[in-house]
Amino acid sequence: MTTIPYIDMLTVMIVFGIGLYTLLITRNLIKVVIALQILVKAGMIALVLAGRINGQVMTGQSIALTVIVADTIVAVIALALAVQVKKHHGTVDLDKLRNLKG
Amino acid sequence: MLNALIAAGIILCAIQAIRVKKLIAAALWLAGCSALTALMLYLLGAPEIAVIELSVGAGLVTVLFVFAINIIGDEAPVRMPAIPPLVAWLLVILSFGTLAYLNLPLLEIEVPTLVTIPMAASSIWEDRALDVILQIVLIFAGVLGIINLISDNSSRESKA
Repeated sequence: MTTIPYIDMLTVMIVFGIGLYTLLITRNLIKVVIALQILVKAGMIALVLAGRINGQVMTGQSIALTVIVADTIVAVIALALAVQVKKHHGTVDLDKLRNLKG
Repeated sequence: MLNALIAAGIILCAIQAIRVKKLIAAALWLAGCSALTALMLYLLGAPEIAVIELSVGAGLVTVLFVFAINIIGDEAPVRMPAIPPLVAWLLVILSFGTLAYLNLPLLEIEVPTLVTIPMAASSIWEDRALDVILQIVLIFAGVLGIINLISDNSSRESKA
């Protein structure tokens, strides 16, 4: 019996597109982190799927685990940065932060 | 059928996470997206990764988001984005096309159904020990980030 994971592939592509679009148009620092999380979720499913298709199931899964850890740390550090930026500059609007000098 | 429902749920949660104005609601939709991703990973034959994704992605990260949004406030810029939405859509379609071009030939490959679910732990400890060291370093960086997140700088600045 064979299973062709075209639904999973399509999900990866659509979720990746949603994350990329948000990353491009959003101005809010928190929304940027949310967009990154969505992007990484697509990548994670893609890694597990690729491991399964290539017959290297365990390699795909262990890399997906590394991606989960790295993604979580990125989220933690980005949120800590956002909190500090809000405390120092009073805003998390990326456009206003871009115009800051000094 | 179940796979299609989960896929639709992930896409719906992702769209809602970027569409809603309130940041706290966006964080909760993202948690739903994580939970459904964990379910999809489980169905793909990766139960360990699914459990970690569920506990870390839907649990820890959501708590951190709620904590950070509580400090920052539910501020939502209403002005137009720097990149015109049309250009953003074009870039998304371009990336979608590239992914489709790379992935669609794989549809002709027949993927065997998993009879026994392999355990990723053996691969992690035996083949990817360097990754484990990297993860430990990353976790320490995350701990420092959390300390930074919960520390109160105002008391330190007033002392200085």
